[in-house]
Amino acid sequence: MVAATLALAGFFVSFYLWLWKLGVVGSLACGPGGGCEYVQTSPWAMIFGIPVALFGVVGYLVLFTVSLIGLQPGWAQRREPTLALVALSGAAVLFTAYLTYLEAAVIHAWCRWCLVSAGIIVAIFMASLAGLPRSGTQAQRHSGM
Amino acid sequence: MAQRMSMKPFYWGLAVVTVGSGAWIWSSMNRGGVAMYAEPLPAAETAAAAFPGYPKGNDSVAMVVHEYADFQCPACARFWVLTFPDIEARLIQTGRVRWVFHDRPLGGLHRFSHMAAHAAACGDEQGRFWSMHDQLFANQGAWSAQGNPERSFRDYARAAGLDVSQYDDCMQSGKFRARIQSEAEAADNLGITSTPTFVIGRTRIPGALPYDDFKRAIDSLSAGSGTPR
Repeated sequence: MVAATLALAGFFVSFYLWLWKLGVVGSLACGPGGGCEYVQTSPWAMIFGIPVALFGVVGYLVLFTVSLIGLQPGWAQRREPTLALVALSGAAVLFTAYLTYLEAAVIHAWCRWCLVSAGIIVAIFMASLAGLPRSGTQAQRHSGM
Repeated sequence: MAQRMSMKPFYWGLAVVTVGSGAWIWSSMNRGGVAMYAEPLPAAETAAAAFPGYPKGNDSVAMVVHEYADFQCPACARFWVLTFPDIEARLIQTGRVRWVFHDRPLGGLHRFSHMAAHAAACGDEQGRFWSMHDQLFANQGAWSAQGNPERSFRDYARAAGLDVSQYDDCMQSGKFRARIQSEAEAADNLGITSTPTFVIGRTRIPGALPYDDFKRAIDSLSAGSGTPR
């Protein structure tokens, strides 16, 4: 549940940045300094011609879907959704760490929304890790009985 | 069944996050610029906002051409591309005419025309009206097609050499809205309802004439007034 809620929040953060990139949102609410726009207009805000924010939109949507699947009665006792969440959010944490490094060491500007997203993805990873020992235990109990 | 009952608050929570975030993004899309500039001001605010226009050329030149234009009007952009370079080189820089640009934002289908006029006024505040004017006309096709050109205008401000944070303050304040609306109303009172329209003395030339026609009109008016060619 925690992972699903966080993934939904992360989705909206990425969606907002992506809409800005598309020109639908006029100016980013970023506080003083304008770091968000500086980061978002830097060459590192695009990978293979695709906005990084769009990777976030798709990634969070996948995490949200996997989290919801894991909550459904047929899947709640299975280990796969939690394992998938750990793997996906783990990869996303590494990607986010790289982007945060770029902000700190290469672009020299901080995008607050990107930091919010970084916090969310780390929290999803931690929540998934915390859920890992509990996942599948009921199924094991059932099979043991 | 028990599990379904316990999931209800969770789904409600997701719905709250969705509605809250969606509403916030929706308000961001309509915040500031576009919405503010689409809103007309009451007459009381525009009454005392007279403005002589944006001049180009030598102040001492007697023959003054007043151009009434809308930054989102395609004919105005065509005039700027096809005719104005000749006018500038052969008539303004040679001291035959003095040019004065007036805002005549049409609004309606040109939904960003007031905002564009304001962006140009913010350029003027930093002594770069004509650079901003050129950016807006040069990129008219691009920003006219956008849902919100605020960011593009900002890029043009940067390209025009403006101090962007000062430009941002200017755009957020909307300080020239009354003046621009007053110019539009003044043009309306003169019966100028299409753009571009040119006024030379008492002569009115509607539409984007080619350079030769324009030159002929200036020549005949010069002959009539005794101004040297």
